[in-house]
Amino acid sequence: MTRYILQRLVYMVITMVVIATATFFLMKFLPGTPLSAADKLSEEQQAVVLEKYGLDDPVPVQYFNYMVNLTQGDLGISFQFDNREVTDIIMGRIGPSMQLGIQAMVIGTILGMLLGLVSAIYHNGPLDYTSTFLAVLGQSIPSFVFAGLLQFYIGVKLGWFPVALWEGWEYTVLPTVSLAIFPLAIAARFMRTEMLEVMGSDYIVTARAKGVNKFGVVFKHGLRNALIPLITVLGPLAIGLMTGTLVIENIFAVPGIGEQFVKAINVNDFPIIMGTTLLISFLFIFIVLVIDLLYGVIDPRIRLAEGE
Amino acid sequence: MKKTNWLLLVLALVLSMFLVACSGGSDDTSNSTDDADSEDTSDTEGEASGDSEQVLNLIDGAEIPTMDASMATDAVAFQWLGSTMDGLYRLGEKGQPEPGIAKDHEVSEDGLTWTFNLREDAVWSNGDPVTANDFVYAWQRAVNPDTGSEYGPYMMGGVIKNAASIAEGETPVEELGVTAADDYTLEVTLEKPVPYFESLTTFGTFLPLNQAFVEEQGDQYALEADTLLSNGPFVMTEWNHGEGWTVEKNEDYWDAENVQLQQINVKVVKDTATGVNLYDTGEIDRVGLSSEFVDQYRTSEEFQINEEPTLFYIKMNQENEILSNVNARKAIQMVIDRQSMVDVILNNGSLPAVGDIPQNFVTHPESGEDFRELNGDLVEYNLEEAQNLWSTAKEELGIEEAELNYLGGDSEVAQNLDAYIKDQLQQLEGLTVNVQSVPFQERLDRDTNMEYELQNSGWGPDYIDPNTFLNMWVTDGGNNKTGYSSEEYDSMIQKANTELAQEPVERFELFLEAEKMLIQDDAVLAPLYQRATAQLWKPYLKGVIVNPMGPDYTYKHAYIEGK
Repeated sequence: MTRYILQRLVYMVITMVVIATATFFLMKFLPGTPLSAADKLSEEQQAVVLEKYGLDDPVPVQYFNYMVNLTQGDLGISFQFDNREVTDIIMGRIGPSMQLGIQAMVIGTILGMLLGLVSAIYHNGPLDYTSTFLAVLGQSIPSFVFAGLLQFYIGVKLGWFPVALWEGWEYTVLPTVSLAIFPLAIAARFMRTEMLEVMGSDYIVTARAKGVNKFGVVFKHGLRNALIPLITVLGPLAIGLMTGTLVIENIFAVPGIGEQFVKAINVNDFPIIMGTTLLISFLFIFIVLVIDLLYGVIDPRIRLAEGE
Repeated sequence: MKKTNWLLLVLALVLSMFLVACSGGSDDTSNSTDDADSEDTSDTEGEASGDSEQVLNLIDGAEIPTMDASMATDAVAFQWLGSTMDGLYRLGEKGQPEPGIAKDHEVSEDGLTWTFNLREDAVWSNGDPVTANDFVYAWQRAVNPDTGSEYGPYMMGGVIKNAASIAEGETPVEELGVTAADDYTLEVTLEKPVPYFESLTTFGTFLPLNQAFVEEQGDQYALEADTLLSNGPFVMTEWNHGEGWTVEKNEDYWDAENVQLQQINVKVVKDTATGVNLYDTGEIDRVGLSSEFVDQYRTSEEFQINEEPTLFYIKMNQENEILSNVNARKAIQMVIDRQSMVDVILNNGSLPAVGDIPQNFVTHPESGEDFRELNGDLVEYNLEEAQNLWSTAKEELGIEEAELNYLGGDSEVAQNLDAYIKDQLQQLEGLTVNVQSVPFQERLDRDTNMEYELQNSGWGPDYIDPNTFLNMWVTDGGNNKTGYSSEEYDSMIQKANTELAQEPVERFELFLEAEKMLIQDDAVLAPLYQRATAQLWKPYLKGVIVNPMGPDYTYKHAYIEGK
């Protein structure tokens, strides 16, 4: 197992180098310059500014410098925020995004699983139809529509929670709910399908024949087996939620990374684009590793280390 | 199994440490204020609903990119630099300069030497006096190529003696034409007489800097609220990057007795609908409206339109064969129905543009009449005449059909506008227009390289003088990029800025002629609209001055009454 994890860690490093390289060269294809006042600058002055950021060096030199700095944990300084370290900017922005993402993920997954379980247990009954309907609705309505409705009716009309901004836990309620709807719907649908399949399995029928009650079977035997596909789906979704959802962050004025990332692309702030891409990639690879390991814990038949 | 659990535990710990580090980072960014400040803020916010509380709550669509006056290039930075700092002069009513650190000034007979007498009671927020050397240091820093300032050389080049050659690294920075005769006397030597120099000193790039403080902070200068100094009406006390900032009244300000607002809280909100919702719930005191909200709120008593002296026009690349023909360019000017464009497409109070100088921007030095009124409408919508001109152009060019690429923006508003313009232009028989919607940075890049045929472009003034708009179009002007070159036009602009620099009336009248030549005779541009912004503005917010350039608003004299 240790060997397996070490091997995966080596692959992670290689993957990160490939991603850093690919992102660096792809950025060079971005149209335009990163100069914020380009329309006011003479060509000579533009050259001076490009020199300041090392953008007048040949691309291979820029790449070499970037990779050397990267190994020292230096992501450089932002072009749009004068002298500000990219690491500081990203670290300042990732917190709110992750908080919202994790809250939405936990709430959405737990409620979704419960909804899916209820559907499976009361298969073809009114509860099943209701929860299925809710799940389909949650998956079909875009989160920004839901966010707009929540903001207007819950925030403005009823005044139950703040409309927007980021000043305390109560400010996280509406964006969390807006974000949670999608994982909730996904979890509910997967849980229902998997549970129905598992519940029809021979070992469940045997357990039932032995006299274990319906809920006992569901929680003791069914749930564990139904989790595998759910985790596979929710893993990548979690990354999307934790690394910021542009629209939700914009609507609720959350100072998160999603909006920052898009802005950086629009103004060609290369260091921020690179830094954010690397962070998201790292999280993605890390979560994939965790999921692979979780498979082994949930289903004893999947034993990664023993196979080698 | 045990082994697996240990590894999972380690991985879980790594992830949790990462998350803690992330939230720690978030806290770090807000550590610009100590705990006491944070408590003060929340307390005051709590009391803000009280009638007499002088607290203003605002939103801004973007965060502050920098609070370093030498590095600032955008509206948000200039707004908050202008609120926390005083230059020689600051913008007052109707864009007229009012005394800041300078009490008054004298200009030499040849117009080249300006001597500013500084007040002796102005101090920085660390207690240091504001002296003439603070200006010398700041201006030298702004033109020094090592600083990498984008606006320093742009604003000072060709204006202050040696600025341009210093920016190019050819002259030592000490030779910039600015010296401290003594602590409270600043002498500025200009390259040529610059009649609008007083107005120019209100601009953010000309703000002073406390040399000892800036050097002490080094790379960290102006990155956080506690690495900043103020000498203006407000002092920044909190700056949470990406989230918002707070400025409070500067009790040490030389004119503190005339500052009534105690605090201004600003939050970054990018979505207009969110801003409107915050306004409706009373969280903020002013919000800008995009066109879709204008009809909904137009009848509200809190609805306001703020006219800006920013002009948008179609640039026409004269290196293109079709656009090298003056009749073709005139046809393009004439075929656009600007009134419908501002009423239907923009719907935010913008005005049809009929020249190169916006209305209510500059007035005749003697009669006080508006430039725009004096020069009248230099372009008009006349479909029939446009068709005639286009036919003439086609005959002269020997073509039946023409195809032109039109470079436009990629925002929703820009795309709607560009689609309308395409439709209007295609009323010219045989003309096909291909719209290319590209990001702003790409548009600038293509403009620099003149890789366009038609382009939707805009310009806001840097100082209050017709020169800021008209000087752009001289031969090889850095922002001309149309291929337009006229010896006669060049000599008019040259004359206005040299011979007539000290003859305000003749100079103004020459600018009137130059504009006629540029728009009417040579049809260099097809003016489109003068921008305005629709806003909701709480009636209890009073005394805010809306500026034509530099900081959008002056809050020094603002107050809250009857909330």
